[in-house]
Amino acid sequence: MPYITDRKRASGLGSAKRGTEKHWQMSLSSAALVVLVVLFIFTFGGALGMGYEEAVVYYHRPFPAIVALLTIAVGLLHFRGGVQILIDDYTRGLTRKALIVGTACLSYAALAAGVFAIARLAL
Amino acid sequence: MVEFTLPKNSRITVGKTWPKPEGATNLRKVTIYRWNPDDGKNPRLDTYWVDMDSCGPMVLDALIKIKTEIDPTLTFRRSCREGICGSCAMNIDGINTLACIYGMDEIGGDEIKIYPLPHMPVVKDLIPDLTHFYAQHAAIMPWLETKTNRPAKEWKQSIEDRKKLDGLYECVMCASCSTACPSYWWNGDKFLGPAALLNAYRWIVDSRDEATGERLDQLEDPFKLYRCHTIMNCAKTCPKGLNPARAIQHIKKLMVERAV
Repeated sequence: MPYITDRKRASGLGSAKRGTEKHWQMSLSSAALVVLVVLFIFTFGGALGMGYEEAVVYYHRPFPAIVALLTIAVGLLHFRGGVQILIDDYTRGLTRKALIVGTACLSYAALAAGVFAIARLAL
Repeated sequence: MVEFTLPKNSRITVGKTWPKPEGATNLRKVTIYRWNPDDGKNPRLDTYWVDMDSCGPMVLDALIKIKTEIDPTLTFRRSCREGICGSCAMNIDGINTLACIYGMDEIGGDEIKIYPLPHMPVVKDLIPDLTHFYAQHAAIMPWLETKTNRPAKEWKQSIEDRKKLDGLYECVMCASCSTACPSYWWNGDKFLGPAALLNAYRWIVDSRDEATGERLDQLEDPFKLYRCHTIMNCAKTCPKGLNPARAIQHIKKLMVERAV
């Protein structure tokens, strides 16, 4: 057991001087998703059951395309932040770092795929 | 880090069942966690029978009766017996509370189960090691920090500003809230926990304190403050009826106010 005082153990490495920005971003994206998910359900629901040609025409319209794009982008960025909070809560050390990198890769890959798919339909 | 199973040497075994007192008709079964660091054995649950006709109404009364009349080796902290010192905090019937102000009539069923505060190292029986908890409290600088020269008579405070301390200054540091918080269980080494954060806010909001910025700087951290996920176990369990979760929300609000 290292000979360090209880106070030093409690203070650790001190404050990281960050955290508020992420807290604020997560709060903002939560509020945005409350609106976006509702809009997405209605717009995407309207396209369900359509054939490919009809769907392409539907997503040529700006409103459904922008709603889908924003939902995917905000949703996946929120997902990334949320999962990192989970990882921070339940893991330590190298496992934590590996999972954070993995989550970031997964989120950005899904985000890129989503944006590409919507762009292909809409443009 | 999260642990889903107890380590081998922490698994609880069946303990001794003490005989019922002779001639008693109004008996209550009390099951108590026992662990002695000197005998090398696993913790056990001992069962006692308490004669309610000759016992006070609180759980602490039963513990004192057991220690005095049945088993003098039973070990627990207690001092004031009126909810002021915070010494007798323990887990009673699944709730972290003070044994001295928790009535046995509040517990349903025949059995009263008593354990030490959860997820803390145990010193012996019902005594948790609160060293780190107290060090975290010291780390938030629980005193008035001033830069202005000391006034001739006193630091003045308006009645309105004094009212802001209500619901904060009453904390007796019993650790019931922190040891009820899952975030504190998994990350107690870094997360300050509800008790320390409630006390931090008590000094942040004090109109006489001149170190508000430094105090907020010290808390600006993903682990020290932002491990609180508003689970609210702290507010639910606090034996003094305080709401540490609300104090933590106020700190987060101040953090956002100065950044955005």
